[in-house]
Amino acid sequence: METAWTIATKDLKERLRDRSAYIVGIVAPLAMALIFGFALNPLKNYEFSATYAVVDLDQSEVSRLFIDDVLRAAPGVEVLQLATTEEGMALVDKEVNPFAEPEGTSADALFIIPPEFGTDVQSEREVELQVVGNQSAQSNAGIAVALARGYAGELTSVRVTVATIETLLQKEVDRFSTGLAVLSTPYPATLTDVTADTKQLDGTTFYAAGMAIFFLFFTVQFGITSLLEERHNGTLARLLAAPISKSSILAGKAISAFLIGIVSVAVLMVTTTLVLEADWGNPLGVALLVLAAVISAMGIVALVSSYSRTAEQAATMASMAGVILGFLGGTFFDVAQAGGLIASLRFVSPHAWFMQGLADLSAGDLGVVFLPVVVMLAFGLVTGSVGLVGLRRGMRP
Amino acid sequence: MGSDLSNGNVLECSDIRKTFGDFVAVDGVGFHIGAGETYGLLGPNGAGKTTTISIIAGLLERDGGTVLIAGEAMDPEATAAKRHVGLVPQDLAIYPDLDARENLRFFGRLYGLRGSELDHRVDEVLDIIELRDRANDRSDEYSGGMKRRLNIGIGLLHHPTLLILDEPTVGVDPQSRNAILESVERLGEEGMAVLYTTHYMEEAERLCDRIGIIDHGTIKAEGTQRDLVQLVGQRDRVRLVATGNLAAGSAALGELPGIDDAAVTAQGIDLIVENAHDELPEILSVASRTGVSVGGVDVDTANLEAVFLHLTGRALRE
Ligand SMILES: Nc1ncnc2c1ncn2[C@@H]1O[C@H](COP(=O)(O)OP(=O)(O)OP(=O)(O)O)[C@@H](O)[C@H]1O
Ligand SMILES: [Mg+2]
Repeated sequence: METAWTIATKDLKERLRDRSAYIVGIVAPLAMALIFGFALNPLKNYEFSATYAVVDLDQSEVSRLFIDDVLRAAPGVEVLQLATTEEGMALVDKEVNPFAEPEGTSADALFIIPPEFGTDVQSEREVELQVVGNQSAQSNAGIAVALARGYAGELTSVRVTVATIETLLQKEVDRFSTGLAVLSTPYPATLTDVTADTKQLDGTTFYAAGMAIFFLFFTVQFGITSLLEERHNGTLARLLAAPISKSSILAGKAISAFLIGIVSVAVLMVTTTLVLEADWGNPLGVALLVLAAVISAMGIVALVSSYSRTAEQAATMASMAGVILGFLGGTFFDVAQAGGLIASLRFVSPHAWFMQGLADLSAGDLGVVFLPVVVMLAFGLVTGSVGLVGLRRGMRP
Repeated sequence: MGSDLSNGNVLECSDIRKTFGDFVAVDGVGFHIGAGETYGLLGPNGAGKTTTISIIAGLLERDGGTVLIAGEAMDPEATAAKRHVGLVPQDLAIYPDLDARENLRFFGRLYGLRGSELDHRVDEVLDIIELRDRANDRSDEYSGGMKRRLNIGIGLLHHPTLLILDEPTVGVDPQSRNAILESVERLGEEGMAVLYTTHYMEEAERLCDRIGIIDHGTIKAEGTQRDLVQLVGQRDRVRLVATGNLAAGSAALGELPGIDDAAVTAQGIDLIVENAHDELPEILSVASRTGVSVGGVDVDTANLEAVFLHLTGRALRE
């Protein structure tokens, strides 16, 4: 063990003198997170406010709930209720009425609730909710669409809930009242939570986390491919000639990879928290997720390296694996929102588990990290043990 | 390093075999090295020197044979045997991002040196390899010769019982080369057993007490330089630049037991002798007794180049 530390210390000393390690480990992920972060939130203290017009052609209990508990409940949203579609259109379409009531009475978007809305929601029929955006308020109009979509997503869950209760009680319940009971539970406070159909991180934290795990697959390479570098340097011959075991050499490499990985993520976390006000969540949960992510990255890089003859080859292959898994795992855009095959396929990537773990942690308690942590550890241990066997066998001068 | 040398040999190996796929790189090599002895493995490129050394140092698995270092069996997992060995690989084996002192300290620690013992020994080695004033510069800023010296220094750190040097002078300028050869000579004199591979005949002649000539993975012949030369019937040539009664002198010298042939030439007398070094006093006294006045002596010792050519049918350097 002491030998492993000696080797790890030597490796870290080498890394500290190697500029590319800083760039890959700290500068690049930080720069990316900052770029994404600022692009997303140009002004951190900017308060969201929007004015939405609603035309309720249904006038049912359900439509009233939508207006009061969905639209009015969203922070910063002012709701103008209008009697006719024409009046509503006038507020969002300047072409129709360019000079009418110039001050304060335009809307960013118009919601049109169709006449059969309430009946449709109570039945299993398609619900159509129309949103007309104001051309000159595109981002707020976009949020209006997201609100409507979020509501549509909630409707599915209403039906699911009702169905489940029915099965459990083995009898018909009053669909209408159960549905309304679920619908009228208070909406989560933040806008992002409203728009999402799964739990999701806020934009800044999302990109900070995405970049952290994405670059992790590059930083841990410095530890593991250094074994191949030792061969290139000729120093592997000396390590093999020294009175130490092969396992302690591998352990030394693992320790340095682990420390480099942890430090680079930690620096990124601290910086994005201070500069971008990223909210990583419960520190213990985050620490467990990061730990497991580092292990999974080490395992995958070790596996890939064990098939390589040179450090360059290993770096290329590990980088390819990192990029593919990173995209698939949704570190650049949230593939969970894409739905379909890709949304399920993403779980072959530890990146997805890391992102999902952080997202769940932001909304739930510590227990939610258990599954992602176990899965990532399993990734790391399985790939890592195969990789180590290969690397050990390849340890020849 | 305390070692139990019941039979006085630091290294004993026999019948070492190694194949790479179908290719037989080492085919039954065996020899021994006593304490304080310098043994040379002389052979051309691809002869199997590095492979043999890698097996002796425990870097490579062997396909057959035995290796004992100071009485301990060597194999890739044998840490006890490895403690006795200092290895200087053929290719530079240093960390370019670290300075000389850091390189030495790192490897010293791997061999169990700690604290003041480590500090002291690192300074000592820095003196031996004459890098003390550059000890804190990154080693990728060193000249080729300096890197070579550091490469050797690392092998010396832990006072090995057996120092293995694999062609340490390849690609080195004449000045550094001489410094390296002098250090190796000194280490041999101080009692370190040395295994030295080279394809430079002059180095083997200068440094080695005994030499094994290796080619195609087998040792073709082994012994002192003289043994080898005699083995193939090589003789020394002694030229006496002389005046006086050359005919009588030549006849008398031809009768001496160590002299195979004597002939009068334009400058004096030419002799073919078994061992110029041993016979020279006798030659000079016989010459003066028979009325030959010797103005100069020119000795041409038989060399390993010729031995090698004879044994293998090819020259050492192709
Ligand atoms: N890992 C290997 N795989 C396949 N062949 C090898 C391997 N290592 C050595 N050889 C072959 O074994 C033979 C002996 O090689 P070795 O390096 O021992 O020669 P050498 O005497 O040290 O030569 P040189 O003077 O050039 O260093 C060569 O033909 C070489 O190609
Ligand atoms: Mg060689």
